[in-house]
Amino acid sequence: MELNLPIYLDNNATTPMDPRVLEAMLPYFVEKFGNAASRNHSFGWVAEEAVDYAREQVAKLIGADAKEIIFTSGATEANNLALKGVFEMYASKGNHIITCTTEHKAVLDACKHIEKMGGQVTYLEVKSDGLIDLGELENAITDKTVLISIMYGNNEIGVIQPVREISAIARKHGVLFFTDGTQAVGKVPVDVIADGIDLMSFSGHKMYGPKGVGVLYVRRKNPRVKVTAQMDGGGHERGMRSGTLNVPGIVGLGKACELCMNEMESEGTRLSAMRDRLEAALMQVEEAYVNGNREHRLPHTTNISFKYVEGEGLMMGFNKNIALSSGSACTSASLEPSYVLKALGLGDDLAHSSLRFGLGRFTTDEQIDFTINAITTSVLKLREMSPLWEMYKEGVDIDAIEWAHH
Amino acid sequence: MAYSDKVIDHYTNPKNVGTLDKSKTNVGTGLVGAPECGDVMRLQIEVDQESGLISDAKFKTFGCGSAIASSSLATEWLKGKTVDQALAIDNMDIVEELNLPPVKIHCSVLAEDAIKAAINDYRVKNGLAELETVAAAH
Repeated sequence: MELNLPIYLDNNATTPMDPRVLEAMLPYFVEKFGNAASRNHSFGWVAEEAVDYAREQVAKLIGADAKEIIFTSGATEANNLALKGVFEMYASKGNHIITCTTEHKAVLDACKHIEKMGGQVTYLEVKSDGLIDLGELENAITDKTVLISIMYGNNEIGVIQPVREISAIARKHGVLFFTDGTQAVGKVPVDVIADGIDLMSFSGHKMYGPKGVGVLYVRRKNPRVKVTAQMDGGGHERGMRSGTLNVPGIVGLGKACELCMNEMESEGTRLSAMRDRLEAALMQVEEAYVNGNREHRLPHTTNISFKYVEGEGLMMGFNKNIALSSGSACTSASLEPSYVLKALGLGDDLAHSSLRFGLGRFTTDEQIDFTINAITTSVLKLREMSPLWEMYKEGVDIDAIEWAHH
Repeated sequence: MAYSDKVIDHYTNPKNVGTLDKSKTNVGTGLVGAPECGDVMRLQIEVDQESGLISDAKFKTFGCGSAIASSSLATEWLKGKTVDQALAIDNMDIVEELNLPPVKIHCSVLAEDAIKAAINDYRVKNGLAELETVAAAH
């Protein structure tokens, strides 16, 4: 097969839409434009039927009932609705939420907001492999705890949290369990019954569907979960999320879920083999380290630090041809490297030196070969330019130097 | 964020990467920045003691493309200057020459610091007084 450039390896940021998804969506812009809430004419009925069908497709992927699917504008909205909605709905029971430090900002910032509204939030630290400590989780539960919010798969390092063990602890203490499933749903088998999930968010554009559409799964029985709506309006989505439904987006999301369901097994095998090959080749480079647990991990993600070179500088060597992201935040005003990598206990220097690889449905073996070569060359070139590499090679203890901090 | 052509050029073909013998009395070495900040620059000058001109300059930099370009440019500018002329290099000259965006101004500041640190090292080695600006920064 011929090599297509540039190569997109940032599928944890967003995925390209599958052409089959686009095809499913197209009729719902111009021709079938009805409002799914219009109950009295055929335009509305056609739209409602399409939404109902998509709801089934979505529910099936995660082992839920169609009535448990609440459509939103994306995972950020779903995360906000889950956290703030539970906090408000269960205020009479308690005001305490447990989450962890490596969650997505949409969860962490919603928690910060909840703290301002009088809530108590415990932020669990993670172990050096990125997983939470179940003993610490259980110890953090109090009689005021209403919700545990722990993500399924991490966006930066791809580690998969022990979801079943977490939900068992939540059940035992009568606490609800919400998981941000954005990176995991469609990539690995997620089953809300077997996994014991009470609420779960995910998004269309991380699974080859459109942007601007997402889901909050809200369990209807054992237990029946409710969230307080965060937007006032027409009472759509069982009163939990008002607003005219994004019919083309929902149709696309439904199709994306169906494709993921049908292709997950073969795709998971293909991607993990490709990821492992990439990782093994890059680990041949001296002083390269994989960040996070390598066993409990999404099949398409790896995060590698190349010590003594800086991530953004490294990317500049190949970013005309390869798109990926770095834990170095050299472009941000704060100059702070990835908080996820820092939470693993990585020094700032290793966090600055990291690259995140997110493979996807359209990644080819030829692209992986090209990537291995380009990155290896770039690392070696930058090390020739790196004073830290020279010191390391001369046996200088870099940590013992008194650096001037800006 | 797109890089300017000049930054890309210095990154692709950096000028004067390397190491001078820091034990020589006519070589001044400046090491600035910190690994945890994502930028470390080492800049060295070699002074021809008869003419008083900087005869050679080398750098090694751990950092982003703009940091590499700033130090590469600095070494180019240093060569052929007297030590006093070198002291007059201002970080904003580097910003202008490389078209650095505001978030990358710190890279030029670091390059200026590296120049001053190298000159200072040279001065101290040769029995001259430490520069006030450098002394104040510590």
